[in-house]
Amino acid sequence: MKLAISISGNTLDSPFDARFGRASAFCIVDTETGEWQAFDNPAISAAGGAGVQAAQFIASQGAKAVVSGAFGPNAYDTLAAADIEMYIAPGNQAHSATEILEMFKAGKLTQVEAATHKGYHGENR
Amino acid sequence: MKQLIILSGKGGTGKTIITAAFAHLASQGRYANQVILADADVDAANLELILQPRLLEEQDFKGGQLAVIDQETCSSCGDCQAVCRFDAINYNNSQYMIDPIACDGCAACVYQCPTESITMHEQLVGKFYVSESRYGPLYHANLFPGQDNSGKLVTLVKQRARLQALDDNRQLVLVDGPPGIGCPVISTTSGADLALMVAEPTVAGVQDMRRVLQTVQHFGVRAMVCINKADIYPAGADEIELYCNEFGIEIVGRIPFDLTVATAMVAGEAVTAFRPEAPSSVAIAAVWAQVIQSLMEIKG
Amino acid sequence: MRIVVASGKGGTGKTTVATSLALIASEQESVRLMDCDVEAPNARLFLNPSLDSHKEVGLLIPQVDENLCSYCAKCAQVCQFHAIAVIGKKILIFPELCHGCGSCTLVCPERAISEHLNVLGVLESGSAVHGIEFAQGMMKIGEPMAVPIIRELKKWAPVVLPTIEIRDAPPGASCPVVETIRGADFALLVTEPTPFGLHDLKKVVAIARELGIPAGVVINRDGIGDNAVEKYCIENNLPILMRIPMERRIAEAIASGKLLVEAAPEYHKAFQNMFETITTEVKI
Repeated sequence: MKLAISISGNTLDSPFDARFGRASAFCIVDTETGEWQAFDNPAISAAGGAGVQAAQFIASQGAKAVVSGAFGPNAYDTLAAADIEMYIAPGNQAHSATEILEMFKAGKLTQVEAATHKGYHGENR
Repeated sequence: MKQLIILSGKGGTGKTIITAAFAHLASQGRYANQVILADADVDAANLELILQPRLLEEQDFKGGQLAVIDQETCSSCGDCQAVCRFDAINYNNSQYMIDPIACDGCAACVYQCPTESITMHEQLVGKFYVSESRYGPLYHANLFPGQDNSGKLVTLVKQRARLQALDDNRQLVLVDGPPGIGCPVISTTSGADLALMVAEPTVAGVQDMRRVLQTVQHFGVRAMVCINKADIYPAGADEIELYCNEFGIEIVGRIPFDLTVATAMVAGEAVTAFRPEAPSSVAIAAVWAQVIQSLMEIKG
Repeated sequence: MRIVVASGKGGTGKTTVATSLALIASEQESVRLMDCDVEAPNARLFLNPSLDSHKEVGLLIPQVDENLCSYCAKCAQVCQFHAIAVIGKKILIFPELCHGCGSCTLVCPERAISEHLNVLGVLESGSAVHGIEFAQGMMKIGEPMAVPIIRELKKWAPVVLPTIEIRDAPPGASCPVVETIRGADFALLVTEPTPFGLHDLKKVVAIARELGIPAGVVINRDGIGDNAVEKYCIENNLPILMRIPMERRIAEAIASGKLLVEAAPEYHKAFQNMFETITTEVKI
């Protein structure tokens, strides 16, 4: 199945990016075949609703699960509506997406059942 | 790593003065080189006026978009004006024109224009800065006058500050917050471990303190209060104490009204560095001691 | 005539000046004071209005009738703020991101979207001391957007319009301040003679200039800092309409909720002169 990992870089070896809505990029990797593709995050410069937009992007890629550092309430709601499982990895240890993938396969990542924080409220006016 | 934010509700209670003093005090003791500073009042960023930092990095900050009508293809049907809810489209000199100040960037007009004559253009709405100050790295920004997107710029300032703190293994991110209770304050609150409210014991200050306390609690952040210019209106200070006792909010000190603060500001120094024996400096140092201890006791 | 009292820096004395100006103006004309600092409105503490009129205000946000919806997601495509998302057969609406622009409602091919009011705050009005008409907006705790409430407050006019409208602006120089200043005839900028005061004053002056509104300055707490503000005003053709020297007894009086001209009656003449200067300036 397809797993999305937030990264800063453009390969599976790139460092894990703990941000979701404003992650630099996402690596979508097939957990069975190992095939992967990296995409710039279309939401990175969104004025607001970055979490929503990033979540929609992940859904449009057919990912069934996503690993990031945290999920705000809007990102959470959107991913949950798409039945995408959410996992978190600690953001302050240097991991590459490859390592995150291994941790995911080994069942070492925590699955989240609710938004992990109250949101960045980057919206304005 | 812990994040301390300084808020007030009412403007002008002394947030920036106290943030600068904290930055100085932190640099003198066991937290020397442990602090990253952030100015979240992107609308009216004043911390740099005291810290006078050296600029290291400057970035354009793009915000929302503005609609522009192509007069060549416009058929003057007026549908755009009919749908605009922000009074941003005017008919002048036989042309429909968009008022860039009023335009909300919603693009409703774009999708209603029968001749597809309207396009959206990304706007440069501010600048983001990374600087080095005598008390540590400073992340700050300047939102151009009259812009919105302050919440997004605040988020950028804090995220970058936080990332450096994590990278460098520093213990404290110290954030000078904006006044009010709206979106820039809400963005400032996100991810904070502790909010220090600088309250002013005036009727206006007490009222606004209550509103910002409620806001911070709404978003689940722990708060403490210090009373600045405390001797201006003792009845007001008592009211603050009563309110805080009732809601279990700790009061971490009273700072007397002291004109040394303004003199230090003019001299471009933190008041505690300018005149450590001044009544306000002594009181601020006591508040700092309490706040930093409580902050470091927070788990996580 | 509409006078807006703004500052840039918080706590310089906007409300202090606005409320006393209202009092002085009310001796000659009918006056309405609007507290546009909807995040932290304070003017009522000084004018003691009896607030007998209330109106809930906010933004019109979308509601989707899923019986009519074809899940084409056109609404999500046009929304610039990602406030509406379509995931498979689920519609998600994020009220705090919505700007109430109505675009999604207009583009829906199935006409499946209707709008309802998302209440963001409340407007209140009534009569205050000396016959001053008073109105304020107050934003709900936890809401991010002040501008929609200020917009509604400006539109919420009484049947009989007073001659003078005084708007007490919020601090800062971003969109709530612009919304408050827009449409005014004169911008009275209250500052303090310090580096912070000057830095923030410049931003609001820029707004007034861009909107083509004449401006004047009040230097409050004169004497506490330096003369940089004064120099700036002179160099930039900003008339200094009043100076209020720092006096502890005045600070204490305002702290307790007294109007400046009542605590210090010697300022009555200065306010009158300032009001006349503004009136003359606007009429030209």
